[in-house]
Amino acid sequence: MKHYDVIVIGGGHAGADAAQAAWRMGARTALVTHAFAKIGEMSCNPAIGGLGKGHLVREIDALDGVMGRVADQAGIQFRLLNRKKGPAVQGPRAQADRALYRAAMQREFTGRDGLDVIEAEVADLIMRAGCCEGVVLADGAEITSGAVVLTTGTFLRGVIHIGDQRKAGGRMGDNPSVKLAERMDTFDLPMGRLKTGTPPRLDGRTINWDILDNQPGDDDPVLFSFLSKAPVARQISCGITHTNEKTHEIIEKNLSRSAMYGGHIDGVGPRYCPSIEDKVVRFADKSSHQVFLEPEGVEDHTVYPNGISTSLPVDVQEAYVKSIAGLENVTILQPGYAIEYDYVDPRALRHTLELKDVSGLYLAGQINGTTGYEEAAAQGLVAGLNAAARVRGKRPVIFDRAEAYIGVMIDDLVTRGVSEPYRMFTSRAEYRLSLRADNADQRLTPIGLELGCVKSGRHAVFEEKMENLAQAKTLFSDLSMTPNEALKAGIKVNQDGVRRSAAEFLGFRDVDAARLAKVWPELAELDADIVRQVERDAIYAGFIERQSLDVAAMRRDEGLRIPEDLNYLGVAGLSNELQQKLTKVRPATLGQAGRIDGMTPAALALILAKIRHASAKRRA
Amino acid sequence: MSDTIFALATAKGRAGVAVLRLSGPQAPAIAEALVGPGLPPSGRSLRLVRDREGRVLDEALVLSFEKGASFTGEAVVEFQCHGSPAVASAILRALSDDGRGRLAEPGEFTRRALENGRLDLAQVEGLADLIEAETESQRRQALRVMQGALGARVEVWRKDLIRAVALIEATIDFADEDIPTDVSPEVLDLIDRTLADLQKEIAGSFAAERIREGFEVAIVGAPNAGKSTLLNVLAGRDAAITSEIAGTTRDVIEVRMDLGGLAVTLLDTAGLRETEDTIERIGVQRALERARLADLRLFLTEDGSLSGLGLSPEPGDIVVRSKADKVDAGEDLSISAKTGQGIDNIIKNITEELMKRSAGAQNAIRERHRVAMERAVTYLIAARELVLSGPDVSELAAAELHEGIAALNSLIGRVDVEDLLDEIFASFCLGK
Repeated sequence: MKHYDVIVIGGGHAGADAAQAAWRMGARTALVTHAFAKIGEMSCNPAIGGLGKGHLVREIDALDGVMGRVADQAGIQFRLLNRKKGPAVQGPRAQADRALYRAAMQREFTGRDGLDVIEAEVADLIMRAGCCEGVVLADGAEITSGAVVLTTGTFLRGVIHIGDQRKAGGRMGDNPSVKLAERMDTFDLPMGRLKTGTPPRLDGRTINWDILDNQPGDDDPVLFSFLSKAPVARQISCGITHTNEKTHEIIEKNLSRSAMYGGHIDGVGPRYCPSIEDKVVRFADKSSHQVFLEPEGVEDHTVYPNGISTSLPVDVQEAYVKSIAGLENVTILQPGYAIEYDYVDPRALRHTLELKDVSGLYLAGQINGTTGYEEAAAQGLVAGLNAAARVRGKRPVIFDRAEAYIGVMIDDLVTRGVSEPYRMFTSRAEYRLSLRADNADQRLTPIGLELGCVKSGRHAVFEEKMENLAQAKTLFSDLSMTPNEALKAGIKVNQDGVRRSAAEFLGFRDVDAARLAKVWPELAELDADIVRQVERDAIYAGFIERQSLDVAAMRRDEGLRIPEDLNYLGVAGLSNELQQKLTKVRPATLGQAGRIDGMTPAALALILAKIRHASAKRRA
Repeated sequence: MSDTIFALATAKGRAGVAVLRLSGPQAPAIAEALVGPGLPPSGRSLRLVRDREGRVLDEALVLSFEKGASFTGEAVVEFQCHGSPAVASAILRALSDDGRGRLAEPGEFTRRALENGRLDLAQVEGLADLIEAETESQRRQALRVMQGALGARVEVWRKDLIRAVALIEATIDFADEDIPTDVSPEVLDLIDRTLADLQKEIAGSFAAERIREGFEVAIVGAPNAGKSTLLNVLAGRDAAITSEIAGTTRDVIEVRMDLGGLAVTLLDTAGLRETEDTIERIGVQRALERARLADLRLFLTEDGSLSGLGLSPEPGDIVVRSKADKVDAGEDLSISAKTGQGIDNIIKNITEELMKRSAGAQNAIRERHRVAMERAVTYLIAARELVLSGPDVSELAAAELHEGIAALNSLIGRVDVEDLLDEIFASFCLGK
C-alpha cells in the first residue's frame, strides 16, 4: 500500500496551492484529481486578482505559493486597480489566458521530487479512531497518509441549472462526487447550500468589436509575483458594452423561466456578483449595466461577457445577448448556467482549516463557503502548510488579522461563518493600511523562511531587496533639514524650528522622493523601485503608529486562549442566542469570541470569568 | 463568578434603616448561619440576627432573591437592619467570621450585574449615578441614561457614519464597477450632520455634568455685606461664623444643598477688599479664584456699588441689595437675611438661572462620554478635510471615519464590517 505524508483531493486552485505548500514544507505529497490536464482550470471568469483578491495573491506569492507566478505567465492584460489612490488600496489584476494558465500550473506539478499527481476519483476516506488517515480510490485502492486536504469546490451535491433544466454536476462536463459526499454526511457537519452563476460564453469572431469601447492594460504593468519582471504573453485589450432597456425587457418578461426566479434554486448567491436577472429586478431604476468582454486567451476565440451571469433558458439567453450593442450577431458557444452546491459551515473549522471534529482532515476553497480562485488558493496554502506541520510535528501555522489578508479571511470564516459566498474585500481588513499588496513580502516572506516553505531562489532575492531597503531607509532617516531650509526648498512646513528627516518629509502628502532628491542629490542614486517602496511605507507611518495600540490590544485578547471544550450552555447571564453561537464557533481565543456577531462587552466579561475559573480549576 | 461577596449597601452612618447585601452562590447558606434555617428561596422574612456565640445582634427584615432574578444575577440575600453603625458593623463582622464570603470591593455588585449580562456598560454608569442621585433632576437624568437615551443617540450617529464610510469603501473596493465615482456630497452631508449633533451634545454634557455633580454658586461682595448671614439663612443652619467685624470670613466655606431640585454648593467667601492682613489677603485671593470658577456669582452689596471688588458680574450673575431691613433700597432684588425678606425671591432667581443652564443638558453625563465624543469630533474633522481633498486619499478618509466610529463605539456597542457591506450592497448594483 502506498503512503504519503499529505494527500490533497482536488486539482483546482485550492488543491494546487495546498499540494505545493505541503510539498515545500518537505512533506511527501500526492494530489489526487480526475485528470492531470484539468489542473489549473479556470472554470469561471478568466481573471486573477483585483481589490483584496490581488492582495491575497501577493501574500500567497510572498510565502512562495504558485498562483502569483502562474498568473504572471498567463497574463494577457495587467491592470493595477485604484492606481490613483493610495498603495494600501491598490490591487493588481490580470486577464489570464486559460490555456497558458493551465500549462504554467501543470509545469509546477511536473518533475517535482516528492510531489505526485494521481489521476483517480476518491471514493472514500480512511478513518481510524476518528482520525482521517488516507483515501480510498474508486477502484478500491487505498492510499494512507498523515493528513488529508479536501478541496472539492462545488462538487458536493452540485446541481447545474439552465432555465428549468437541471443536472447533477460540479462544473460543466464533470461529475459530482456523490460517494465522497456520503462519507462527509457521516461526520454530521453543519452544512449549507450556496449558488453561483456563469454567463454564456461567446464566440469572439462574431462580436462587432469595431463599434465597442475597449479597455487596454496598463502601460506600466504591475505583476503579481515579487519574482516576476515583465509579462510573458502577448497583451490584449478587453471590450466594453452595455445592456439596454430592450435587454431588460426581455429578461423581465422571462423571469419566471429563470431557474432562480422560477423557484428551482434554494441556495444563496453572492450580492456582489448578482445574475443579470437579479440586477434587473433589484435595481429596476437602472436602464443599463456595464458588460466587460474578456477574451479567454490569445489563441482562444472564446469571450467571457463579465456582468451577465444567468440561469435563464437557452433561447432567452440568445435573445437578450443579441439585444446588446456589438453582440447582435453573436454565437453562444456555451450557455450560462447557475450551479448550486453544498458547503461546510466553516465555523466547524479551526484556524488551521482542520475540522474540529475530524482530526487530520483539512478543508479548503469553495467547500468552505468562499468564492474566487484567490480565496481558494489562499486557503489551500494554509491547509497545506498546516497538514505538513501536523505530519512533521510542528506548531500550527496561523496568520492573525494584523499580519495578512489570509488571516483576516480565515478568521472571518471560522468565526462568523458565511451567509453568502465569501469574497475578499479590502474593507474587511481593519489594518488595511499596513496590509498592503506592495509589502506582502516584507510581512510574510520572513515568516515563510522560518516555516521552511520558502525556497532558496526567493530567499536570495528577498534578502537582497531587504538589504537595499534598509540602506535606503537609513539614508532617508539620516538626512535632515530645518523648517527654514525646507521652506527655501519650497516645502511648506510648520516653522517650529524642529529638524525633520527626509523620511518624515516623505510622510507629507505633497512631498515625494523626487522632490527630496532636489535637496539631497544622493537620493537620486538609489534604485527607483526601492525608493518607491520607501515612499509607500512612509505615507502611512503616522496612521500605522496610531493603529499599533489597537493591534496590541487585539493581540492581547488573542493571547487569552479559550479551551475548545468550554461549555457555554446554561451559563447564567449569557443570552440563549450567544450560547448557541459560541457553541457553534467554539472560539479559540477571547479575541475571536469578541468578533462573533452580536457579542456584547458584558458577555465577553462573562467568558473571561469562565476561562479564569476553568484555568483555576485545572491548576487546583 | 464563584465566590460570595457582602457589603453594606446603604451609606455609612446613622439612618433609619441600613441594608447589608450578600451576593453569590453561598449567600443563602451564609445568611441562614446568622438568622437560622428555612429562608424562602425568594421572598422576605423577619428574623433575629445572631453571631457565632448566639448573641442577638439585631432584628432584621431578610429579603431573598433567587439566582437569575436578582440585581446581580446571582443568589442575593439582603438584611434590612436598624441603621446604627454599631449594628451594621457587628453584622458585617459576623458575616466575615463565617468565612465563606468576603467583603465586596467598591462597585463589585454592579460589576457582577454587568458580567451576568444584567446591564450594559452605559446602564452601569447610569445606575451608579442613580445610587448617588441626591436630587430629583439627578435621578431623572440618571434614569434616562440607564434606559438607553445615550445609546439611542449613538446608534443614529453610528448609522450615519457607517453609511458615510460605506459610500467611500464602495468607491475603493468596487473601483472597476459601475458605481458613482463622486460620493463626497452625501459623505460630507453625513459627516457634517453628525459633527453638529456631537458638538451640541458635548456642549450639553457640561450642563449634564453640573446636574450630576452640582452647581457652584459663590456669594461675593465687600466685607460685612452680609454674605455669611445669607449663607446661613439659605443653608438653614449656622455654617459660617457671622459677626459685625468686617473680614470675619477668611476661608471659603462650602454648603451643599438642594435648591429647587438642583444640587448646589453654596460658597461663602471672604469679603473682597484691599487689606494689609496677610491671612485676610490670602482669603481674598482664594475668594476671587473660587468665585471666578463658580457657575454663578451672587453679588451682595449694601449700597449698590460693585466697584473695588476686583470682580465684576458675568452674564447671568445675580446682584442683590443686602440688609434691606436697614436701608430701604426699594429694588425688587433686595433682601434682609435677618427678617427673611426677599430670600424666596433670591432662591427663585438662582434656581431659574441654573435651570436655564441645565435645560441644555443632553444625554451624555460622564467625563468618559465627553472624551469619547470629543475624540470622535477630532477624527470627523480630519475625515472631512480628507474627503474634501478628493478621491485619491479616500483610504485615509475611511481610516479617520473608522476611528470616529470606534470612538463612538467605545460609548456603546461595536461596529462590524458586515454592517458596512450590507450598506454597500443595498446601495449599489455591483457585479460585472
